[in-house]
Amino acid sequence: MLKSINQRAAILFLVFLGVLLGLWELGNKEPAKTEAMSEYELLMGGADQEARVPPPSKVFRLAVDELSDPFYDKGPNDKGIGIQLGYSIYRVLTGYLLAALVALPIGFLIGMSPLMYKALNPFIQVLRPISPLAWMPLALFIIKDSEASSIFVIFICSIWPMLVNTAFGVGNVRTDWLNVARTHELSALRTAFTVILPAAAPTILTGMRISVGIAWLVIVAAEMLVGGTGIGYYVWNEWNNLDLTSVIFSILMIGLVGMLLDMALSGATRLVAYKE
Amino acid sequence: MTDYNFFVEAENLKRSFSTRQGELTVFENLNFGMEKGEFVCIIGHSGCGKSTILNILAGLDSASDGLLFMGGREIGGPALERGVVFQNYSLLPWMTALKNITFAVRSRWPAWSKKQIREHGYKYLEMVGLTDGAEHRKPEELSGGMRQRVSIARAFAIEPKLLLLDEPFGALDALTRGNIQDELLKIWEETHQTVFMITHDVDEAILLADRIMLMTNGPYARIAESVRVDIPRPRDRTRIIHEPGYYPIRNHLVDFLVKRSKELAGGPADSAETPGDAAANAGQRVFPVEVNPARDSRGMDDATILKAVESH
Repeated sequence: MLKSINQRAAILFLVFLGVLLGLWELGNKEPAKTEAMSEYELLMGGADQEARVPPPSKVFRLAVDELSDPFYDKGPNDKGIGIQLGYSIYRVLTGYLLAALVALPIGFLIGMSPLMYKALNPFIQVLRPISPLAWMPLALFIIKDSEASSIFVIFICSIWPMLVNTAFGVGNVRTDWLNVARTHELSALRTAFTVILPAAAPTILTGMRISVGIAWLVIVAAEMLVGGTGIGYYVWNEWNNLDLTSVIFSILMIGLVGMLLDMALSGATRLVAYKE
Repeated sequence: MTDYNFFVEAENLKRSFSTRQGELTVFENLNFGMEKGEFVCIIGHSGCGKSTILNILAGLDSASDGLLFMGGREIGGPALERGVVFQNYSLLPWMTALKNITFAVRSRWPAWSKKQIREHGYKYLEMVGLTDGAEHRKPEELSGGMRQRVSIARAFAIEPKLLLLDEPFGALDALTRGNIQDELLKIWEETHQTVFMITHDVDEAILLADRIMLMTNGPYARIAESVRVDIPRPRDRTRIIHEPGYYPIRNHLVDFLVKRSKELAGGPADSAETPGDAAANAGQRVFPVEVNPARDSRGMDDATILKAVESH
């Protein structure tokens, strides 16, 4: 009997992983050849004419291959996975940081002033539910640059959770703490930075965490649309190349990077967390 | 109009809220005064407006009518010359105990050096006995009693002219409460700050106060009486119950809370149910009736009582 729940969870995880990969591997095996292949069959790459999902062993071999040299660049159609992911991360972070620069101050303003909240709320309510990709044609027309347009799409989709959470966090700082600021005659600026900001920081960072998750979801779709570079483009390009092994590999990489981005933000959230 | 000379003085104070059922008057025509260096407790049932008075004194709330003065100047808003200790401590949870205090000290004396601020903060942490490492902990890692100590240290550290305590020990267990009462008494004996304190605890009020104001039930609450506690200082929690004046005062307070706070509860002033209301309607300021149960119990002949009544 193992003591720690972590150890038991790890063992269960490995069992599940083994079963999943095993089923996948066995379910997609090519039928065994019974006779020598004809000239035609050799030309077509095997006797089996049915397309199959590549088994995990093949994906694993490709992953080792790709990750051992992630940054090669052999022209527009053949770049290492590291370069493609790098492009996507760059676009996500640029759009995301620009969104933070806009969303945090405006969120602060809306949270502090009921007047501004009422005046700006209709804009937010209408603009927020718009699928970020719907902006793409307009962005391409106005910006006339596909790279900048995908950054804009990231910007517009990450702005809302940050804005709404900042406004909510700032607007719901406990009256007791604001009273402490008032009885100590803090200036508006000092109240904002020493009381409101630390009090609202966990809520703000939760919004930032939601935003980065959405941005990473959207970048794949955006890059499929505009093409050129990036992990979204890579997935679509490998689909056009009929290389399903690469498609599966890149899907896993998208998941991995998304997880790392989320972990970074949740780490930051823990830094500013406090208990009442 | 202000011919009384109190350090803190309320003049025909009124506070009302508009509700869906119409205007709700918590209190009106409220007059009271406090001397400099005086420790005043106010007792009354929940909802009588004690906290409202304290919030107006703090500047966090404002009166619907009437005036409130401190040191001859009108109280217009929150200020550092009035320190507040809230019932729920109101420490900033992302700061350590020490930071919670130095933050206040820095607001009070912005020109001070970091070292000066720290030393000043430590001085008050020492007074409440929180210098054995607890000062570097955050409020969540402190017990309720320790948190309230920090809160008291913070209020004393800014050396306010008036200290406002809103049921500071309400959430503490009896043992901790006793200890912190002792500490509060000790600090007060050193500083002789003017204190206005809300409490529900009759024994606590007698132990701490020079004077206890008794409030009738709301709405239209009044401060009916001002009870003088002339038990000599320094007082001690264990010995005070043997003082001859103790039980007369205690009985008077309990009797008020149980019976008379209800009987004396008034209606709108214009209904003139009580003589006080009639006087108020005539434009006079009505102050709470001064009583001294300890002295009265020492046996007075009718003549002195008569004189005492006439002097009011």
